Amino acid sequence: MTTFDLVGRSGAGPRQDAAWSPRQVLITNLRAIRGRAYPRWRGMFREKSWIFFEILLPFLQTAAYVLVYRSLHAPEAYVGFVVLGGVMSAFWINVIWMMANQLWWEKSQGNLELYFAAPMSFMSILFGMALGGMVMSASRALAILLIATAVFGVTFSVQSWLLVVLVFVATLAALYGVGMVLASLFLVWGREAWHLGQALTEPVYFVSGLNFPVARLGLLGALSVGVIPLATGLDAMRQLVFSGAPFPIGTPAPAIELGILVLMAVLSTGFARWMLAAMEQRARRDGRLTIRWQ
Amino acid sequence: MIESDRPSLDAAQQPASAPSEVASAPAHGSVAPAHVSVAPVHGSVAPVLAPAPGAAVADANDAPLAIEVRDVRRVYKAKGGPVNALAGIDLEVRSGELFGLLGPNGAGKTTLIKILTTLLAPSSGTARVFGFDVEKDLKQIRRIMNMVAGGEQSGYGILHVREQLWMFSQYYGMSGAEGWRRSDALLERVGLADKADRRVSTLSTGERQKMNLARGLMNDPWILFLDEPTLGLDVAAARTLRELMLEWKAAVPGRTVLLTTHYMAEADELCDRIAIVDHGRILAIGTSAELKRRVQRESIFRVELDRLDGGAAALAREPGVVSATPVAAADERTDRQGVAINLVLDDDAALSAVVGALSARGSRILGLEKSEPSLEDVFVELVGRGFGDEDEPDEHRDDGRSGASDDRDEHAE
Repeated sequence: MTTFDLVGRSGAGPRQDAAWSPRQVLITNLRAIRGRAYPRWRGMFREKSWIFFEILLPFLQTAAYVLVYRSLHAPEAYVGFVVLGGVMSAFWINVIWMMANQLWWEKSQGNLELYFAAPMSFMSILFGMALGGMVMSASRALAILLIATAVFGVTFSVQSWLLVVLVFVATLAALYGVGMVLASLFLVWGREAWHLGQALTEPVYFVSGLNFPVARLGLLGALSVGVIPLATGLDAMRQLVFSGAPFPIGTPAPAIELGILVLMAVLSTGFARWMLAAMEQRARRDGRLTIRWQ
Repeated sequence: MIESDRPSLDAAQQPASAPSEVASAPAHGSVAPAHVSVAPVHGSVAPVLAPAPGAAVADANDAPLAIEVRDVRRVYKAKGGPVNALAGIDLEVRSGELFGLLGPNGAGKTTLIKILTTLLAPSSGTARVFGFDVEKDLKQIRRIMNMVAGGEQSGYGILHVREQLWMFSQYYGMSGAEGWRRSDALLERVGLADKADRRVSTLSTGERQKMNLARGLMNDPWILFLDEPTLGLDVAAARTLRELMLEWKAAVPGRTVLLTTHYMAEADELCDRIAIVDHGRILAIGTSAELKRRVQRESIFRVELDRLDGGAAALAREPGVVSATPVAAADERTDRQGVAINLVLDDDAALSAVVGALSARGSRILGLEKSEPSLEDVFVELVGRGFGDEDEPDEHRDDGRSGASDDRDEHAE
């Protein structure tokens, strides 16, 4: 058989081949998620520079805060706070630079129109990006956690492992949900996406209490817990893994924050879906989003 | 390698706008002799022609329609005012056809492809692909089509070539194993098997475009949209790509290709039918031969003789001869003996009388070639300018004229 023979088709004709069953649609979307996650997973092993840029450099920043807290004789739990913040920062970096900015880059490469022209839902592309990003970031986060724990001798006092896992998963779901929303927004804003990414990095770090308990920010802290997944997830995880801390470390209880995270995940995913539909409609109407220079 | 039954375009792989090539050695593809001179457009320049009645649409009894476009218009909003990219296109492409859209940059070819591939909505009019409406049946169309553009940089440089193809196979719902099998098979077929485990970022332009074609064939589409697929490729790579397109299309009846190009020779060689597009309008549709016939009102021959008593002027007085002029010295081939005459006849039937007259004068015919117009001549006849003589972009604004482009403006910045 030559490769130009008919493959994967009924052979009955184009109209018959265009009629897909719901199962076929579902399978295609699941495989599309896997397909889009693949380059991220593969790239992780193929491009080793991330070990330096995304593990060693963030570790230096974490180390600086640890040294500051220790020189000030702050409670030892603060060291753990900083380490956990460093771990979670890997995910936010990934969300900003490899989710939010990604579609803009895909557009400039010509991938975006190929994705639109393929039969799967574009949400599968976003899910694939998110899944690949999570795997990528999780490995980095784990590396930072292990190194920092070993170097600084952090001890954890876990209240509930189940809750920790649930909060972690919900935090990632909410974070990447926000990433999916930002991806559409950044695409619409086009060339400002790069600046927008930069503008969202440090302020979010700050209001998320990456290197200190967010409760210290008072009203601003409470507000950030209510709207920023990174802040909510960090706050909940700190409460759960440093349960013996000799000072108040979080505002709402972890279970409530878990609820907030789940809500954020659902809302952001739904909003991302709506945004994508609106974006595609706009793209087709205005001819703006699939044309590279616009 | 595929043995194509069509002539190679090696010498003719030139942009239509390359003046020197157009002036001296037009690409006649399979129709004209290799060394034939340009057939001048005789008589006054005709006004821009609408497609001949019946030419724009396929016969009702023919194969089912793969593409059906009715009065499609597309207006872009731009800072300088609305831009008419398509100004009322009517088109029918039969299932199994390799149809070419030929026109200069900015003619509206890419806009039409974007509409048919569901990436762009028409401002008005209707377009269907295998009966599916581009506005309502997006999913259905996307399941049976694919697209490849010239100079495409799609995918991810960090992936290996076969991984890249596999990734795209997943977007069409193939199983993992089938995706790998098909990736390897297509790479073998396009001659990239030895590059399968190299990073995409290391491929040359020609290799990359072969990989892109393999990507476009990954889902075995019923209709393949090719937007300037050989743009920027060297002669050998372009030829390979054209051969692959032809072979793929021929392998299964009903596979359809819509090709945009501004390479005249490419359209001439590949396409079953061609639409000449300019300023968002289709000016003429037909086979290459039909289009050429539209501009050839007289028969033009080049005759080489051992001698000609009385000179060319004597020949011009023969019945049916419009003109007889000696071939300019600059156009003479160095190995020619005797004289060469360009003969313009009322029609081919006059040739026998001329041959008889030459014989009566004692002239021996050393060579006889019929000159045919090129697609460039057709375009010049229709538009009044060549491919290379484009208007300035701001002349395409919506000031009552039609025209303009996305594909020229796309590279404006």
